[in-house]
Amino acid sequence: MSSRWLPYALIAPVTVFIAALFLYPFVMVASQAFTGSDGALTLAHFRTMVDHWKFAGALKNTLWLAAIVVPLQLCLALALAQMVTRLQRGRDTMLYIWTIPLGISDLAAGIIWLAIFEQTGFLNTLMMGVGVVNEPVGFLGYANLGTTLLAVVMAEVWRATAIVLVILVSGMGLIPKEYNEAAEVFGAGAWTKFWRMTLPLLKPSLQTALILRTILAFEVFAVVAVLSGTQFPVLMGETYERQFTLQDSAVASAYAMVILGISIVSTAFFLRFLRTPEGVRA
Amino acid sequence: MKTPVTLEQAQLRTRRVLLIGGVLATAWILLPLYFLLINAFSSPETVSQFPKAYWPEGNTESMAFLLGFQGVISALINSLAVAAMTMVISIFLGAPAGYAIARYDFPGKTSFRMLIMLTRAFPLPLLALPLLALPLAVFFIRHGIDDTLWGLAMVHSMLALPFAVLITYSLFSGVPVELEEAAWVFGCNKWQAFTRVVMPLAAPGLAASAVFAFVISWNEVFAAAVLTIENRTLTAFLLQSLNTSPVYLKFAGGALLVVPATIFMFLIRKHLFAMWGISNR
Repeated sequence: MSSRWLPYALIAPVTVFIAALFLYPFVMVASQAFTGSDGALTLAHFRTMVDHWKFAGALKNTLWLAAIVVPLQLCLALALAQMVTRLQRGRDTMLYIWTIPLGISDLAAGIIWLAIFEQTGFLNTLMMGVGVVNEPVGFLGYANLGTTLLAVVMAEVWRATAIVLVILVSGMGLIPKEYNEAAEVFGAGAWTKFWRMTLPLLKPSLQTALILRTILAFEVFAVVAVLSGTQFPVLMGETYERQFTLQDSAVASAYAMVILGISIVSTAFFLRFLRTPEGVRA
Repeated sequence: MKTPVTLEQAQLRTRRVLLIGGVLATAWILLPLYFLLINAFSSPETVSQFPKAYWPEGNTESMAFLLGFQGVISALINSLAVAAMTMVISIFLGAPAGYAIARYDFPGKTSFRMLIMLTRAFPLPLLALPLLALPLAVFFIRHGIDDTLWGLAMVHSMLALPFAVLITYSLFSGVPVELEEAAWVFGCNKWQAFTRVVMPLAAPGLAASAVFAFVISWNEVFAAAVLTIENRTLTAFLLQSLNTSPVYLKFAGGALLVVPATIFMFLIRKHLFAMWGISNR
């Protein structure tokens, strides 16, 4: 084979595979969500979805969860990334430990936090040991929606801050050291440097991290399933419920379209509001 | 009046803040894992007891019970099979593409690389995950081939492929092209030069990217739960038995998921750091 065609032959398989497995499902889900059993265009599945009593709660819970979790993760990851860049020794060890959750399934993360938040779990043991409570408190379940939400938030922050940390650390690595020296020469303190230099130069990485994390937050599923059962409906959980338990894939597809819709809106938002003007890029 | 802070004092304070923050963050990551391991390696009676002990009993009864539980061994085998297939698909499709963008200049290269970069930065496969699993489930059921493990492996490969292309790209870029040219001079053809010179040098990195694909598949829950009903994977099994299984079974299952994944990620950490662009500067 001539070397002119060789690179194309090498990239063809993966291109075909991605295109087929991305476009085909996309078209199929969209058509399923919008067509009735008679094959005509219809919004009936969306109506069924919206009319179900769980839909409003699932949508609200998913959006709230993302609104709480993502900013927390961003702040925590920024703090950790600042620490990593200042470490002189043990940088790699720290980074490895802090990124351990990247290799942990969301299902396993839910189970891990169940060990802490269950009624006979470690949080109650600890609180009894310190003498804050006299008998084990129920944290999870229908009667304790507030603490159930707290448990889900903790598990999500524990599990998924690592991906933000990775993106921010690699972004900080791109900021030239000379900027830092220049800022010091002009007498900038740590806070001034952080707000006026690091954050603005980190904007592209912040944008990537926020887009990625928000989309993933909209897909929260297994953590919630473990910690709350069906007490705390979220969109992915309802999609699963429709597809798996109720065998109603048309309404499941409608749910998938809603998840896709809010993901696109949030991505567009971050693309617009964290735009880096041309020529300012580091 | 505020006393001015000397440079040494400032450095000392920075070091102290770093130390305290580092210890806290490390405890925040490791303690929950430790709690899971305590529960997984205690007897079923101890797991439901209160208050909890802070040390594991070193009892493997819960683990043994999990492995003896109806369907767990086959779920484990299914998980391994799907992860292995994902590994093979993503390396065999991903590595050639990685090699092509590392070695050749060709029209369309920039847009292809952009496409792959985009899937990392704006993760289309992640965006599409619910979309991906659902129609395939419908498709499989309609054609009577639901529950095939290779169907799930294809969905997982979709998630792993962008990473495979990116890792192999940086890997092959790191092998000097001069070595390959030298092999040509000494009479190797392109394929021989690749298998005898490039491959041995790139093998550890290829193994790392294969392991990463394995972990992605091993950990995935949603598609696995929707696409496998009879041939359940371990994650699908654990998710579907959440409401019915006793609590010690969940913890043992959680540990069974976490421990291999964590070991694998530890083994390939250097390559991961390189891929994420956070290697030592």
